[in-house]
Amino acid sequence: MDSRKWRLFYFGPMDRTPVIVGVGLSEYPKAPDLDAVQHHSLAMQRALADCGIPKREIDGYICAGGSGGMMVDDAVTMSEYLRIDHRYVDSTMTGGSSFEFHVQHGAAAIRDGACDTILVTYGSDQLSRMGRMLGTGGFQRGGSRVAGPMQYEAPYGNSLVGAYAMAARRHMHEFGTTSEQLAEIAVGVREFATLNPKAIYRDPITVDDVVNSRMIADPLHKLDCCAITDGGGAFIMTTAERARDLAQPPVYVLGAAGAQTHWNISQMPDYTTTAGAKAGPEAFARAGLTPDDVDMIMFYDSFTITVLLLLESVGFCKRGEGGPFVAEGHLKRGGKLPLNTDGGGLSSCHPGMRGIFLIIEAVRQLRGQAGEVQVPDCNVALAAGSGGWLSAIGVAILGKEHP
Amino acid sequence: MTSTEVVRGEEWLRPKPAKDPVSTPYWEAAARGELLIQHCPSCGNRQWYPRAVCTACGESPEWEQASGRGTVHTFTIIRQNYAKPFRDLLPYVVAMIELEEGPMVMGNVTDIEADDVQIGMPVEVYMVEAEEGLGVPFWRPAKS
Ligand SMILES: [Zn+2]
Repeated sequence: MDSRKWRLFYFGPMDRTPVIVGVGLSEYPKAPDLDAVQHHSLAMQRALADCGIPKREIDGYICAGGSGGMMVDDAVTMSEYLRIDHRYVDSTMTGGSSFEFHVQHGAAAIRDGACDTILVTYGSDQLSRMGRMLGTGGFQRGGSRVAGPMQYEAPYGNSLVGAYAMAARRHMHEFGTTSEQLAEIAVGVREFATLNPKAIYRDPITVDDVVNSRMIADPLHKLDCCAITDGGGAFIMTTAERARDLAQPPVYVLGAAGAQTHWNISQMPDYTTTAGAKAGPEAFARAGLTPDDVDMIMFYDSFTITVLLLLESVGFCKRGEGGPFVAEGHLKRGGKLPLNTDGGGLSSCHPGMRGIFLIIEAVRQLRGQAGEVQVPDCNVALAAGSGGWLSAIGVAILGKEHP
Repeated sequence: MTSTEVVRGEEWLRPKPAKDPVSTPYWEAAARGELLIQHCPSCGNRQWYPRAVCTACGESPEWEQASGRGTVHTFTIIRQNYAKPFRDLLPYVVAMIELEEGPMVMGNVTDIEADDVQIGMPVEVYMVEAEEGLGVPFWRPAKS
């Protein structure tokens, strides 16, 4: 029996296993001529061209919006703008992890038959629009009135970096994690960025460079923090059946899950772990895999501490052992678990909500199209997004082989 | 209970909480020198910030006056912030304070060099009046 007949036998006439078939990036790290909606548009065009699916076949659309500028880019506006005739729409917005949740939701919708082919888009002109002060610009400016849960935090002048710094401080206190261990994360990701001609930061750095860079919010230094860039991305999900005669090999969604512990940082129930402790094991259970089966990871690296907490909570090392695990070099080029081969948000591209780039780079690796940074024998990749302030964690396990 | 200091008459340049039906008693109590948390009569849960529901069981919580004493659970020293008025206050400490009663609250720890703040350090609350009927809790090292 050839593979098609075999699948017909086992999965029936329509193999609805969810796959990712097309991916596209707009322009980064700086694209002064593109606004957020143009980033969405360009990324869509490139994702369609990548797989060869005609636009009229798209019958599902997922868009988190959230580009944050004057331009409205929510799901209903973008559906109209791109003219997507969807019969399934999802506007889940969990911050930077939205796109891992989108994989979870899109996979369920495809498996269920709610739609056959889903487009996911994202775009942001954050760098061109706002300059480089976002992370430390404070949540609210003086004199303003702040409503909702933020009214209890805004008077104290915390910054985005400060929120993550509180988690880093507590982890150091409980487990003896050091700034040098966190710095190893930034150093490893930067090495990959030196091999990405488009990355915003391309000069190699050392642990000393990181710990001697300016302190932004103790204990996080400038080089513990992600870049601020422009950028956009899109990916297209469909059935394994539809994927058979497309231009690119399909990447299978093996398991995806998401969970949330809080939104604002003052409500984080435990500053040393994340909702990845729920989402990670669930994604692995759905995939029928364990962390040992994963060949490379795409983790949200808003800050070095984000990666460390995700490593522990998703299950790649025990709680409290993230520091020594990182220091052993596993995440670096040539290590057993390479991290963020595109140069990550720390050194390559972070337009505000980076989660879509985790999916796109994982697909590039699983297709074997990653060039100089290709992970050898890459069969399984895991993307873990962190949205908000370590708040909403989405995990997507992707694979080269039909499950 | 010792009375909590309320600092009045200073110009308030920070963002102001927008009082809503749930938060109004909290901010008004702070202006009187009282730190309020919520206690659930149904399940005993205590919580901060104030909400219309108990986060544990969904019932309606009641107000409870906290002692105003706690310890630093975690903190950061903000060294870069371009927003007014905070850029003029650098460096300053933002901390999560674990109250004696259990819940954690966010606040600034003042009256101490930022570099001397430690996790586990005992702190006590004081209030700053942002406007009439609106007090904001701050924290300083405990006296005893
Ligand atoms: Zn209750």
